[in-house]
Amino acid sequence: MRVIALCVLPFVAALLAFLMTGPRAPRMRAALLLSVAVAHTGIVVTLWSGSVAPVLAGWLAVDALGLLVLTLTSTLFLLTALYAVGYLKHVRPRGGRLFSTGLLAFLGAASIVSLSHHLAVLWVGIEATTLALAPLVFHRHDRRSLEAVWKYLVLSSVGIALALLGIFFLATAQAGLPGRPLVMADLVLHARELHPAWLRAAFLFLLVGFGTKMGLAPLHTWKPDVYGEAPSLVGALMAGALTSAAFLGVARATQVAMAAGQGPFIQPVLLGFGMLSLLVAAAFMIGRHDLKRLLAYSSVEHMGLLVLGLGLGGAGAYGAVLHAVNNGLAKTWLFLVVGNVALATGSSAVAANRGMVHVRPVSGMLLILGLFAVTGSPPFGLFLSEFTILRAAIDTGHPWIAAATLLLLAIVFIGMASALLEVVLGDPPEGAVRARESAWLIAGPLVLASMVLLLGVHIPAPLALMLERAAGALGGFAP
Amino acid sequence: MQTATALVLLFVVLSNFAVLGTTRLTTCIRSLALQGLLLGILPLLLASRISAHVLLLALGTLVVKAIVLPRFLTWAIREAAVRREVEPTVGYIASLLLGTLALGLAFAISSRLPLPQVRETLLVPVSLSTVMTGLFILTTRRKALTQVIGYLMLENGIYLFGLTQAESVPFLLELGVLLDVFVAVFIMGIVVFHINREFDSLDSARLTELSD
Repeated sequence: MRVIALCVLPFVAALLAFLMTGPRAPRMRAALLLSVAVAHTGIVVTLWSGSVAPVLAGWLAVDALGLLVLTLTSTLFLLTALYAVGYLKHVRPRGGRLFSTGLLAFLGAASIVSLSHHLAVLWVGIEATTLALAPLVFHRHDRRSLEAVWKYLVLSSVGIALALLGIFFLATAQAGLPGRPLVMADLVLHARELHPAWLRAAFLFLLVGFGTKMGLAPLHTWKPDVYGEAPSLVGALMAGALTSAAFLGVARATQVAMAAGQGPFIQPVLLGFGMLSLLVAAAFMIGRHDLKRLLAYSSVEHMGLLVLGLGLGGAGAYGAVLHAVNNGLAKTWLFLVVGNVALATGSSAVAANRGMVHVRPVSGMLLILGLFAVTGSPPFGLFLSEFTILRAAIDTGHPWIAAATLLLLAIVFIGMASALLEVVLGDPPEGAVRARESAWLIAGPLVLASMVLLLGVHIPAPLALMLERAAGALGGFAP
Repeated sequence: MQTATALVLLFVVLSNFAVLGTTRLTTCIRSLALQGLLLGILPLLLASRISAHVLLLALGTLVVKAIVLPRFLTWAIREAAVRREVEPTVGYIASLLLGTLALGLAFAISSRLPLPQVRETLLVPVSLSTVMTGLFILTTRRKALTQVIGYLMLENGIYLFGLTQAESVPFLLELGVLLDVFVAVFIMGIVVFHINREFDSLDSARLTELSD
């Protein structure tokens, strides 16, 4: 019941938000957005205690991996919704109607992805996330956002089509075996009997397909454009929640392949994608002039780290799942703060936003803390997860991967720091005035920052247990 | 039945080559419509017995792939007043040669990937070659509309592969057809129209303002 409510409630609310008209509609939509976000998070929290029986013939179920992504999505959505209330007071993209509708539909789609244990349902959910957010990228109806949305739709449609082919391949690998077709539980149970050649082909297509949505290099080319043009709270959900949903798609494919004993085949592929993403991110991060595009390359970097962790296996899988949580929180934090910066000056370009610590002190401070968090400096959570992945690289006998990753992370740090320090500490332009910041706009980033900090100091016991189970499903273990 | 299926699949391959070798957008759309028609017939030929589900699938495929999508494309051409033609970045002869190469490659691959339940041996190579042709059109043609045609061919290839699994996983194929509708409504209905209005052309190569 709760499982179905999580998937259906946001879509019903989306429909309501779309139908609301009249002068009071903006306020009602804001109230609807917030109450659905709170209700959703409330239901998700209850899922953490006790076990939940699968529903709809096992198509929807709760497991550690899915619950982690679901909780992350729900948290990020709640904080983004708080932000949206403040944001829609400043900016009214087409009355906020399409905006609220798209956000709510996204929440529903992301819940379906997290809860689905049938790969075709997962696929539908991931497709629906694109469908829900694409109109929001195109909010300004100008040339630049049109170009961004065109690239996004073409690339992600091709990706999602290839993922569908991968699902067909997997069904072929499963043909003739007992159990429900494409249901995770039965796939994993009979994994060793799956036809190996078709399974490998399926894994490659699923990785490329969902990897396009994650933004793994070389399939990342839409990312800087889309993140650069999207309103920052849409960018926040894309970089935090959507990429995690797509990562879950890759993780499900990995789960089946690892259970089938295909580790020696899939691990080098994952490592290759991971290293290439890190390399591309490091190469393109230096000298970026726009904060959102900078964050887009940072996202490519972190997606690379995620598949790197999966590819290393062992404690690396634990590191990858933990890093997915950390990255989701940190990326949303930074995008929301960059949104504040862009609201202050009307641009997210580095040159237009110097001296932010004088003009918007809270956002300026959050931005500089975010720089250290997102580049994996202690004491933030990302340090812990990156460290886990690096140590897994050494433990599994890949010292050169650890060394190369460290070098690339250092380059990434230089790229991020040179742009962000210029924004925060540079000289403010003439006539810039210090302004009070709306509580709606800084509440979300503040909460996210404290969460990332907390995860760096202490991982709560229920979360640690869930991470361990998720790593176990991916063929790994807790360090 | 076997010969009829083989004949239909042969025509699918021919329609791929027709899209690869033509200079005219209208010919591309007609070939795509023909392909949709063939894809609609196939479930009837392949089914072990004609059930309501098979009939619905065939009918849905026919309506979406052979009628609605080609009409949409024709509408988009008229609406956007596209006069200039396909504009490939790879020439027609080279395209045809690469198409032949893709077909050979598809046969080579599918001979190494045996189907657990063999019913129609031609289905897999034709499907893979259609997927490759679609990807090729998508990447080498500059017009947004031609890219959409390439994408739809890619989808057709996936549909063909799905036919091998139509009975064990029944609703996957319908999902693919629904994806087509999504593409039609979203990419074509909204974006193509806006690209034309903003840029006075459907040339996606002009979408180059965003770069590093």
